[in-house]
Amino acid sequence: MAHSQALPMRDDVPEPPPLIPVDTENDVRAKLSASWKENSGFYGWLTSTNHKSIAKRYVVTAIIFLILGGIEAAMMRAQLSRPENRFIGPDLYNQIFTMHGSTMMFLFAVPVMEAVGLYLVPLMIGTRNVAFPRLNALGYWMYLGGGVLLYAAFFMNTGPDAGWFSYVPLAGPQYSPGKRVDIWAQMITFTEIAALIGAVEIVTTVFKLRAPGMSLNRIPLFVWAQVITSFMIIFALPAIVVSSTMLATDRLIDTHFFNPAEGGDALLWQHLFWFFGHPEVYIIFLPALGMVSSVVETFTQRRIFGYPAMLLSMVSTAFLGFGLWVHHMFATPLPQLGQSFFTAASSAISIPSGVQIFCWIATIWSGRPRFTTSFMFVIGFFLLFIIGGLTGVMIASVPYDLQVHDTFFIVAHFHYVLIGGAVFPLWAGFYLWFPKLTGRILSERLGKWNFWLFFIGMNVTFFPMHVLGLMGMPRRIYTYPPEMGWGSLNMLSSIGAVLIATSALVFVINVLRSLRGGSPAGDNPWNAPTLEWATSSPPPGYNFLFIPVVEGRDPLWDAPHDELSVVTGLRTDRHEGLVTSIMDAIPEHRYEFKKETILPLLLAVFGGGTIVIAIFTPWGVTIGAILSFVILAAWFWPTISPDHDTPVVWREP
Amino acid sequence: MTASRSRVHHVTRRCAVRLAPLALVACTGFQSALDPKGPRAEAVARLHWTLTAIATVVYVVVIGVLLFALWRAHTRTPVAEEHAYHENPDHAAVMKRGVIIGAVATTVILATFLVVSVSTGSTVAKVGGDKPLRIDVVGHQWWWEVTYRDPIPQNEVKTANEIHVPVGRAVLIKMSSSDVIHSFWAPNLSGKKDLIPGHETITWFRADAAGVYRGQCAEFCGHQHAQMAFFVVAESRLDFEHWLDQQRGEAKRPADSLQQAGERVFLSGPCAMCHTIAGTGAGGNIGPDLTHLASRRTIAAGTLPLTTGNLAGWILDPQTIKPGVKMPPTQIDPQSLQALLAYLGSLK
Repeated sequence: MAHSQALPMRDDVPEPPPLIPVDTENDVRAKLSASWKENSGFYGWLTSTNHKSIAKRYVVTAIIFLILGGIEAAMMRAQLSRPENRFIGPDLYNQIFTMHGSTMMFLFAVPVMEAVGLYLVPLMIGTRNVAFPRLNALGYWMYLGGGVLLYAAFFMNTGPDAGWFSYVPLAGPQYSPGKRVDIWAQMITFTEIAALIGAVEIVTTVFKLRAPGMSLNRIPLFVWAQVITSFMIIFALPAIVVSSTMLATDRLIDTHFFNPAEGGDALLWQHLFWFFGHPEVYIIFLPALGMVSSVVETFTQRRIFGYPAMLLSMVSTAFLGFGLWVHHMFATPLPQLGQSFFTAASSAISIPSGVQIFCWIATIWSGRPRFTTSFMFVIGFFLLFIIGGLTGVMIASVPYDLQVHDTFFIVAHFHYVLIGGAVFPLWAGFYLWFPKLTGRILSERLGKWNFWLFFIGMNVTFFPMHVLGLMGMPRRIYTYPPEMGWGSLNMLSSIGAVLIATSALVFVINVLRSLRGGSPAGDNPWNAPTLEWATSSPPPGYNFLFIPVVEGRDPLWDAPHDELSVVTGLRTDRHEGLVTSIMDAIPEHRYEFKKETILPLLLAVFGGGTIVIAIFTPWGVTIGAILSFVILAAWFWPTISPDHDTPVVWREP
Repeated sequence: MTASRSRVHHVTRRCAVRLAPLALVACTGFQSALDPKGPRAEAVARLHWTLTAIATVVYVVVIGVLLFALWRAHTRTPVAEEHAYHENPDHAAVMKRGVIIGAVATTVILATFLVVSVSTGSTVAKVGGDKPLRIDVVGHQWWWEVTYRDPIPQNEVKTANEIHVPVGRAVLIKMSSSDVIHSFWAPNLSGKKDLIPGHETITWFRADAAGVYRGQCAEFCGHQHAQMAFFVVAESRLDFEHWLDQQRGEAKRPADSLQQAGERVFLSGPCAMCHTIAGTGAGGNIGPDLTHLASRRTIAAGTLPLTTGNLAGWILDPQTIKPGVKMPPTQIDPQSLQALLAYLGSLK
């Protein structure tokens, strides 16, 4: 220990007691391992509150839903490959496209982005867990509950069939009798709770638990992307909370919010839904931009050019994202001038996206790119996302949109945006961070196959859809007559889907093989700059032996002697972290992370049960509320544990 | 068992021959936004090619710069160690200039786009021509009710799934929906407009060339959203007036005993519960008005060409042809069916 100094603490720290036996690093490691050890066995799995265990579960669950959603997509492509195909009828087809959209949006894209954040954010900002570990566990269980509800219903032929957007009156009680749309509305309730929990976790964790020295202007761009996304979730989700609840009450207890015959309004649903639904796109897309920054930085070995511009671009994207929703409604009766405003806003949002793309290109230009699979996926992101962005500007034009709205042109557009703009970065992220999660590097050879099959398959599947849309093919049709002339392009598109499926198979094989036989990663196989690479792969339960001290925007590149200063003196007998100030990350006080418990699961069971039983009887709410209250009482039961024994000390290497 | 199997066989055979009549109208792009036949669609097709050209140039330039950056960075000799991780200060100025040029160019292009878009928007919004023909369209699951209003009530014309218009005259369409949201879209003529219960919407188009243009519902409206098509028949003013005259007034009286028997079947059976035939007792308003059924090109909202065989299959088993459709299967003996078909076939 070369030099020690007491950190400035906001609280009055008592003078250190004179004689404290100083633990060696090995002592600390042993003690931390003991106190962060999770319960073993199945019960331990149910009670875990460690952000890494929960986030891994989240990612795996989301990928399972991705595969299910992909199978649904494949079935649609099979049905549409030929005119008048009789593979699936309208009833099943309508369920399948509703399931595909709902799965991809609510059970894959948003959760997987949050999940990657929940795994990486605490590591990237140098803390031991998320701010509210038990709440985090509840979030996962609610998400799982929503997914299980949706698929259980689907396999019992009660899958929702009014589209992932559930436009009323079609989704209302009169035109969708039965329980199908109720299942959809309650699945939304589950996933919106999960999404809000994830957002609250990330905002709190980033604002209050950053490693000392990580001032706001040193937060990694990926973490900023997660924070901005979380704020978008917090502001956008209430609109869907309100509207899905109104839909559920319209259906279950005969309110008439959306019933024009009783003074309700069908367009009200569209405004509320898209006020959430459009920001949703950016909720998926912004974390992906953060991943692109991490990958570009790592594989060009260059700090991202224009950090303030990147950050401000993301913030302005988030703001503008709330001013675009009407471009989903250009065909409804709205005044022309008002629509023009949304055209302007919809095209303006491509300015910040452009700025970010230019900054990445500048970074690449000045850097030393290594063409790893991860980096290839980022190049794929540029090639695909820019197409989606350009068609996005085209359809921002009201007269243009009125021709292509609700046609396959739109299907092509948003798959370029979402697959190009979010899934490709996500896969780049998988190849980048898989070694950190598992300690093994994914095979580069299979990775290249994964990339090329996906890239070619994606273009073969979706590019022809632009043309199909202009040739007059509407969305959500289960059949079309041969004389329309759409057959050959649809066949081509379906062939592309086979390539994508093959690529997915290669990825799964790569993961399974590399888990066992991949080359060991070490702490930092890519020489990446951010803190998650400062600990072992996979990280221990407590993440860092000592909380690191950050001395630059790229901590591992900026550390003066290639080694980080650390904070010592946090208690090892309990889950303790360091709370720091919002602006400059100056240490403020110690913080105890709650330990593992079964309560989140119980609350999810009772709270989730309430949501499910409410579909069948309003009494479900009454009974469920009482049971949930009992669990909450146990959850919030005050516990007192003594604070402050050793002083917190900043130790340089 | 046997009955249902033979019915399925019947349906299959009919599907095989059904292409022939429609092939006549299936010239290139009879439902295509890129084959405009009126001023609205034409303005948007022009906009399409303009925007596609701009977008292609932007794409090529941006990707070109990206590939250049990759190539340059890849082939360059490694930079001095002190600049590891951070951009070389000389380079930083170039990069900054590059990003600023890119951002400014983006803004300028978008501003141009906005002007082009808004001007096209106001062009297509203005009804092209005075004294437009006024038509009411009501959307139903899953067919289109079409009404030609007239100051004299008995001159009012009701039809379904087929809109006749004179070439060169603007058509103003007032739309509403009886159930869920639909969207009216005939891409060769104009962009789409929603039909929303509780809201009245208006659209217009003008067909500048004679022809039959297909359109279909563009807003997901349930089971048979896929088979909710309609045809716009643009014809000369004379032909149109002739058609309108023919559609006015009551249905033709049965000409022979077979047709008379058919009329009795229609009126005494379930048909009359849902369908209207003006001049008879049939006044149902759940399904399309059949007063001049035989003058139409298709049945079941563009699902099948109108032939006696198709009509028979449709009456017997609509649920196989268009699953979920509101029309139930009809139990009917062969003689009655023959009579009914003869009667319906006479309703020119």
